[in-house]
Amino acid sequence: MPAQPGDQEPQTGAAGSAEKTTNAPINTSEDDLSLARSRARTGFDRSVISYAAWVLRWRWAALIFCILVAVAAASGARHLGFTSDYRVFFGDDNPQLLTYEALQRTYSKDDNVSFVLKPDNGQVFSPEFLTALRDLTDEAWQVPYSTRVDSITNYQHSFADGDDLTVQDLVGANLELNPAEIQNIRTVALGEPLLVDKVISGDAQTTSVNVTITLPQKSEDETAEVMAYANQMAEKFRADNPNVKLVMTGVIPLNNAFNQSAKSDLETLIPTMYGVILLVMVILVRSATGTFTALLVIGLSVVTAMGVGGYMGIKLTPPSAIAPNVILTIAVADSVHLLVTMLREMRKGASKNAAIIESLRVNFGPVFLTSLTTVIGFLSLNFSDAPPFHDLGNISSVGVAAAWLYSILLLPALISILPVKVKAGQGGAEKAAGMDQLADFVIENRKPVLIVMILIVVGLGAMIPRIELNDQFVKYFDTSLEFRADTDFATENLSGVYQVNWSLPSGESGGISDPEYLAKAEAFSSWLKTQGGVAHVQSLTDTFKRLNMNMHGDDPAFYKLPEERDLAAQYLLLFELSLPYGLDLNNQINVDKSAMRVIVTTDDISTNQLRTLEYAAAAWLETNFPAGKTEASSPFVMFAYISQRNIIGMLTGTVTAFILISLSLMFALRNFRLGVISLVPNLVPIIMAFGIWSIFVGEVGLASSVVTATSLGIIVDATVHFLSKYQRGRRDRNEDVEGAVRYAFSTVGTALWVTSAILVAGFGVLAFSTFRINEDMGLLTAIAIAVALIADFLLLPTLLLTVDKRRKQRGEANIGAPQIATKAAE
Amino acid sequence: MTFYKKHHTRAHSGLATLIVTALAVTGALATPAALAESPEEKGLAIAVEADKRDLGWVDSEAELKMILTNRNGETSTRELRIKTLEVQDPDVGDKSLTIFDHPRDIEGTAFLSHTKITEPDDQWLYLPALKRVKRISSANKSGPFVGSEFAYEDLISQEVAKYTYKWLRDEACGDLQCFVIERFPVYENSGYTKQVVWIDQEEYRAMKIDFYDRKDSLLKTLVNADYKEYLDQYWRAHTLQMDNHQTGKSTTLTFEEYQFKIGSNEGDFTSNRLKRAR
Repeated sequence: MPAQPGDQEPQTGAAGSAEKTTNAPINTSEDDLSLARSRARTGFDRSVISYAAWVLRWRWAALIFCILVAVAAASGARHLGFTSDYRVFFGDDNPQLLTYEALQRTYSKDDNVSFVLKPDNGQVFSPEFLTALRDLTDEAWQVPYSTRVDSITNYQHSFADGDDLTVQDLVGANLELNPAEIQNIRTVALGEPLLVDKVISGDAQTTSVNVTITLPQKSEDETAEVMAYANQMAEKFRADNPNVKLVMTGVIPLNNAFNQSAKSDLETLIPTMYGVILLVMVILVRSATGTFTALLVIGLSVVTAMGVGGYMGIKLTPPSAIAPNVILTIAVADSVHLLVTMLREMRKGASKNAAIIESLRVNFGPVFLTSLTTVIGFLSLNFSDAPPFHDLGNISSVGVAAAWLYSILLLPALISILPVKVKAGQGGAEKAAGMDQLADFVIENRKPVLIVMILIVVGLGAMIPRIELNDQFVKYFDTSLEFRADTDFATENLSGVYQVNWSLPSGESGGISDPEYLAKAEAFSSWLKTQGGVAHVQSLTDTFKRLNMNMHGDDPAFYKLPEERDLAAQYLLLFELSLPYGLDLNNQINVDKSAMRVIVTTDDISTNQLRTLEYAAAAWLETNFPAGKTEASSPFVMFAYISQRNIIGMLTGTVTAFILISLSLMFALRNFRLGVISLVPNLVPIIMAFGIWSIFVGEVGLASSVVTATSLGIIVDATVHFLSKYQRGRRDRNEDVEGAVRYAFSTVGTALWVTSAILVAGFGVLAFSTFRINEDMGLLTAIAIAVALIADFLLLPTLLLTVDKRRKQRGEANIGAPQIATKAAE
Repeated sequence: MTFYKKHHTRAHSGLATLIVTALAVTGALATPAALAESPEEKGLAIAVEADKRDLGWVDSEAELKMILTNRNGETSTRELRIKTLEVQDPDVGDKSLTIFDHPRDIEGTAFLSHTKITEPDDQWLYLPALKRVKRISSANKSGPFVGSEFAYEDLISQEVAKYTYKWLRDEACGDLQCFVIERFPVYENSGYTKQVVWIDQEEYRAMKIDFYDRKDSLLKTLVNADYKEYLDQYWRAHTLQMDNHQTGKSTTLTFEEYQFKIGSNEGDFTSNRLKRAR
């Protein structure tokens, strides 16, 4: 296995000098040490051996120390909580967030709970259902933090009777619901542009009660409080009206779904991962003590990381809730490496302590490098624009570092303390025959293999631009979550939760009453209605038209915009004077009456389509509203740009990670040339993974921005392992290129595919996440790791055979002097 | 219209009437602290006394400026005049006429309201641009008054019979000593479950009111300041600050000098005259 830039000087070794260790070890016989020393080929080896002896000597202290560290860190977990706010996905300076927050400060807030109701008989306009709807509307004012309730029953219907203007609930509290009244209600509701396709479906079968919620945002529990009350209302309604289907959607249920998804992932993914781990242990380790120790190491790593996360004040979100899985995956790989070597040594007849020392000697470097590159990859997530990824990166980094510490300290100490039973003679001949055949195949067919590999990479790379970025936040959630199923039902039967707002400035106080302005606003809303993907447009111009009609004795000929400014302003004053509690116009016009907002509800469109709509609208407004600059805004718009912003943010992060990882790798290999060659098999898997994704899935969201950096940190390990063995073959064993490739295959081939299998399984578990971003991230990473192995087996050796051979033909010196502290996993 | 203009109570039956009578007889009104008085009785007595002290002003007129502010700090100003006629019948509320002077596009718009105790008010609006008077029928007493944080019911006369009462405690309010009472609206479409009112013990003026919404959460707070005494008897606040705690919006009303007994009559407060209201 891989190489490690070891300290050449004993005094800077990991733990004290060789002299010390010879004097003291209680548990380590001179035989064990001398056997180990005989295998030591470098100063680094000797330092590791000394360290191993020191750990064995102080095994109880090491055990207690590790447990104390874990307990101290774990106590931070009490600070952990879950976030219930979609806004956490946006950094404080996110421009779309800022625009939307400004809009919400100018108008009223848009957070809501929407009860969507569909009677089984499809009759919204029946006395029974309307009565139930009216009651539900009334009760909805009791929802905590509610500031407004809208439904067809409290819709403020205005009508004229001579010079009397009546403004009242469409289904008043004391209204007798006889057939004539119901017919009237039906006609009004289905004829009102403000209601149809938003509050009531065009087929009159589905309707909604929309509760506007203004959270004080003082406590984390507000969303839960609202949801608890709303759920209780929903249950009561369902019990009283078994023939009505009721679902809940809106921003508050969305917020709650983030919380639910994160909790559900913690509850299901971690046990699944433990199942995978046990399977790995049974297949690879086959030792009760070994399994117990590994479980302790990985368990403590997770506990430590989550505890530190708590101290850091992290509130869990679906992305950061998968940190335990990432940690478990990486940690189990560390433990398996150490245990497999140790147990093999014991089966070959070595004493337990000798086996521990040998295992540490062989694996200390590789495990360190693996951890380092993985940590770099995850730390680079701090460049992301979405704070939940910072949390994922930071928790995972702590966990991976902890896993490293516990693997090299707690694991050897505990194994040394506990009894380990092995059947002697079992180990030894690992089947490397398959690997030898693979080596032969690659060497014999180097040219075709190289060409085919290049073609595949280029072909897959060409597919990448076809990937469509889509961040429909409803679809982030698996259909197993209530929010997704309910929202899908609402979208299908009434209208969805995707909205877009445009605030149209008039440029002067009271300017919204200017007929010219109103005409433009009306033109904009008409234009919007002709655009694809637009389901409903809410505009105050419809209210103006209706008032004009009411003011002219309900003559339909006057269902048009008022033609004088004073008239429009006075209509507005009249209407404002007539509205009851909670139903003011502040959600549609600003306080200065200098701007109003147009609210579009879209169909189930992708964020790509939304951006198209937005660009078209911007162009339309540029031409027709040159006076005031206005931008579309809404949560949907925020998510429409989240992937792009994050990809741009992560470009820096990914490049930084790439440079740092490549440098660590060059340093580990102590060879610049091999370091450069290694870039190919490090980058190619990511290209291939996205190419494969493009063919089989085609669409990706936020996950795409972070996968490159995190998977890079993981896939470089395989490359480094292969190259270090190759280098050792060339240098220590004086093999030619072919011989060195064969040597690399036979020494690390098996270990590489075993490690990759563990990692693929670990990240594959994330496919069971209820959160699309996690699923995508897990699958993309798993694919990248799998294809990285193919690249290391097929592309890297053929590349070496081609490039290194040519170099030799030119008669240049062979791989240079720098020594590699490389250990064979013989 | 006036703020906290107090009025005759309705002819309460039973206990309330008895108490009022008893209080009137004993004259022990400054600090109604009769023996074994329940908090409800004490609360009512305070309201009755406040009402009693504000009788007989006949009519009034005042100009005011209304400044609306949203969470962004953006403001908007309206200027209006309010004329009020005191109605002697205790079962009926006062009559008020609101004339808008600014902004320009609503200048001359006039709003006439005959307030009721427990029913929707009778309302008419004159729209100069349409040159017509429109009668408005709506349940808008609890609605926002021209987009402000004041509901119409916050502005109109505070008849005793509009609420039931409960005394909570006495406490300091600024430099003064206040009664703190709860009052519960009788009108079924009220936007409030209750109001908590701080009334100063010397002059029986409402200094501060907390409004609780339909779900009994604190909705907004009104602070009345710059009280001036007119005709040696009638106190009027000149700065009214209403803050909405839920939406972060606020409204400030600033009154110019009040005029009393200006000779208005019933005829000035009829819909026929609305067109000519100036």
